[in-house]
Amino acid sequence: MTLTTESFAIDLAFWILSICTVISAIAVIQIQDLFRSALFLIVTFLGVAGLFILLGAEFLAGVQLMVYVGAISVLIIFAILMTRDLEEGNPSHSFRLPVAIVAIIFILFAYYVITQGTDWNGRLISENLDAEQQKVAATVFFKESIPSLARMLLTDFVLAFEMVSVLLLASALGALALVRDR
Amino acid sequence: MTLERFLILGAILFGIGLYGVLSKKHAIAVLMSLEIMFNGVNVTAVALSRYTVPYTVPDTFEAASRFLLTGHVFTVFIITVAAAEVALGLAIIIAIYRTRQSVLVTDAKELSR
Repeated sequence: MTLTTESFAIDLAFWILSICTVISAIAVIQIQDLFRSALFLIVTFLGVAGLFILLGAEFLAGVQLMVYVGAISVLIIFAILMTRDLEEGNPSHSFRLPVAIVAIIFILFAYYVITQGTDWNGRLISENLDAEQQKVAATVFFKESIPSLARMLLTDFVLAFEMVSVLLLASALGALALVRDR
Repeated sequence: MTLERFLILGAILFGIGLYGVLSKKHAIAVLMSLEIMFNGVNVTAVALSRYTVPYTVPDTFEAASRFLLTGHVFTVFIITVAAAEVALGLAIIIAIYRTRQSVLVTDAKELSR
């Protein structure tokens, strides 16, 4: 498998995954029962994990499964069940329509910038690199993706890595302090 | 079309999440929409990292090849920050629910006046 492999199977997998992801994301917003929309949120996370595998990021797909599907969605479902006696459904503000127009304008603007406004060819791997360089890039992406990721995390991005560890510790302690019984 | 379709998918996910964050009253629904926005950004970052060569100051492939996985690193950070944000956000929602028996963002408005 090289960096520029294109096949019908990859296209088919992309379309199935992306349609599932987008439809379940819309379902998260639109379904009135919050518990069911949390279940559709899990489907969205699974679809994004599949897209990561399609993009050659298997480690990130595993992290996505463990952190999002395993931890975050369980936390959200617990919170929904703890506050469920209110029976409020999933209400929206009255200014729903202008917000929807803003979101649609954002999507159309992004579509214009991505397809027309940017010259991708200058930096595309498939257009820019010769065969030898593509082989090196394919090694980084397919054979050594986890060692390369670890090397980057612990050399070039080590400050951000340590800061994010401190942030995680601080937020865990802050969450404990907030919900403690006094 | 291979790079663009992933970027457009990320933009659509971000737009759906944007609509949810701005239009929902329930605080947990706002948090779930935020997660959808994070996922759109993650798809965009990983797709850019997969299909493009990053720009480095000596603009050679040898310099750039060390940074080919920058999008993956950013995604790791985004996932970590999202986990921290959900833990803290749900703790705040539970605290607000205990004090005033409501989880609507429109009911928590002491700071607005």
